[in-house]
Amino acid sequence: MSGKKISRRRFLGLGGAILAGTALLPAFGAALLPPGGGGQSVRYGMVVDWRRLTAEDIARMSRACHEGHNVPAVTEPGHEVKWLWGESFDRVFPEWEAPYAEDPRALSLPVLCNHCESPPCCRVCPTEATFKRADGVVMMDYHRCIGCRFCMAACPYGARSFNFTDPRRYLDEIRGDYPTRALGVVEKCDFCEERLRLGLEPLCAEASGGAVVFGDLADPDSAPRRLLAANFSLRRKAELGTGPNVHYLWRGVEADA
Amino acid sequence: MLEKALRGGKVYYAWLALLLAVIAAGVLAWLYQLRHGLGVTGMTRDVSWGLYIAQFTFMVGVAASAVMVAVPYYFHNHKVFKPVVILGEFLAVSAVVVCMLFIFVDLGQPARVLNVLLHPSPHSVMFWDMCVLAGYLLLNITIGWTMLSAEKKGVSPPRWAHGLSIAAIPWAVSIHTVTAFLYAGLPGRHYWLSAIMAARFLASAFAAGPALLILICLLLRRRAGLRLEDGAVTSLAKVVAYAMAANVFFFLLEVFTATYSGVPAHAESLSYLFFGLEGLHALTPFMWAAAFLAFAGLTLLITPRWRRSLTLLPWGLAAVFLACWLDKGVGLVLAGFVPSPFGEVHDYSPTGIEILILLGVYAIGALVLTALYKVVIAVRHEEA
Repeated sequence: MSGKKISRRRFLGLGGAILAGTALLPAFGAALLPPGGGGQSVRYGMVVDWRRLTAEDIARMSRACHEGHNVPAVTEPGHEVKWLWGESFDRVFPEWEAPYAEDPRALSLPVLCNHCESPPCCRVCPTEATFKRADGVVMMDYHRCIGCRFCMAACPYGARSFNFTDPRRYLDEIRGDYPTRALGVVEKCDFCEERLRLGLEPLCAEASGGAVVFGDLADPDSAPRRLLAANFSLRRKAELGTGPNVHYLWRGVEADA
Repeated sequence: MLEKALRGGKVYYAWLALLLAVIAAGVLAWLYQLRHGLGVTGMTRDVSWGLYIAQFTFMVGVAASAVMVAVPYYFHNHKVFKPVVILGEFLAVSAVVVCMLFIFVDLGQPARVLNVLLHPSPHSVMFWDMCVLAGYLLLNITIGWTMLSAEKKGVSPPRWAHGLSIAAIPWAVSIHTVTAFLYAGLPGRHYWLSAIMAARFLASAFAAGPALLILICLLLRRRAGLRLEDGAVTSLAKVVAYAMAANVFFFLLEVFTATYSGVPAHAESLSYLFFGLEGLHALTPFMWAAAFLAFAGLTLLITPRWRRSLTLLPWGLAAVFLACWLDKGVGLVLAGFVPSPFGEVHDYSPTGIEILILLGVYAIGALVLTALYKVVIAVRHEEA
């Protein structure tokens, strides 16, 4: 036994290094994993046949969504909380200029979180309060969100809302089967994940009268995939590489021409 | 040594009292914000970051600028900077404190701030920004305090402190680079989505930070008996001149790409800043003031005769500092949100509560700086 004795100083040093390593492992381990985990079998997405929707239809869908998720009807300008709402064509697709169209503002489309393939909001979140599930749903953990609003700066779709005021003050009636939110957190559409679990379609799809088709985009035989195979469609700001999973069908345009 | 910060003349106590009063007002305003939410500020769902984050961004630059004293001193043996090195490090310390506080007051759920440590997210630039800022704060307080202790005992600082000082140089560059990456990596925010962002950030930081440092040094030399050679002042002023020239150049590069290409996404934020869009132009007076101050300051600093004149120099430095502040502490963050993802234009203006909190945070920074500088000056007077 040639005396390779470990000094107390060295022992403590090594011990400290190992301890620090174990503390950092979860942080860097997470970075090595692909987002959303491996083995993607389901990828939820939505096809919006917006030519079939009137402004009233969209208002009905928005109401169903907001009532179902305790979304506060904040009236102060700039502080509104919105999960799904109607916007005119020129705002939803600003890059699709149509200067000679009769009135692009008259066309209304429903907008919501796109549940992107590569969501910038999840990339920038410093606490994993917003994250992408293996089935494609981009989720919010309202109890972890610190309210830094980095995700709002990162989202190219304006799909995220921050609770600038106490949301519970704006709820006439609180639905017991969905949580309310606290002041100072970000919220957005979650594809009705509470309904997906029960095998139900999202509230907006249900209220759309068949104009919004929800399903598994990874399955070539699903209803949304069949629609996308047979028709031309658009995604918002696809050039940014975020891979939106909400598709806007371009059906019936030829008939109008 | 810290007890020296508690003893001073009438003016010193009056200054402390003023700072404490502003801090008290800021704390009360923050408690009001905590209770009622960020709705008491001018921020909206469209302009979702306001003056808090803008001040954070600007002050990271001031913190990083300590290297502009350290590099000539350590790498080029520029001895005349010796008395300024510690002052630069302590300016960095108080600037980082201000940065952290601005992030804190901007949070919707400040009680959860430690979630950033509890759930570390290396894919988030914010996580890295927190790491580099905390490290930079530790580095500078350690280096500054150790060097001051050595100065007090009349010995040369320990070798490890020298090693840390060298390490602090790339570290300073990192804090502002990572802060630029907060913006430069966001798809869909075209005013920020630019590769030159980090370079521009560093250039404006190395102009504004040393400009502030010289102004404070000149004030302390006149009022508090800080010993400082003119050579140190004019030589640091040269650094400001070079950095500001680079800063203006980088900005003009952005202007060229935006205007000559004619791509709306690149041009819209700049048009909003200088001419307004859709009838909204809250920021135009600030941006024209920044442009005027930048060129006035550069003229004063580039002309050798004016730069060496100790009556004109402070004006040049103040002009450069204000220009950088207007560009980065006001325009850059706010204009990034214009136009919105829906192509809309939204003005932002801060509320009274927001301004009170902002002043309170700056007053805390000034208090930290005052205490640290007071100790430095007292130690130097003692040994003399």
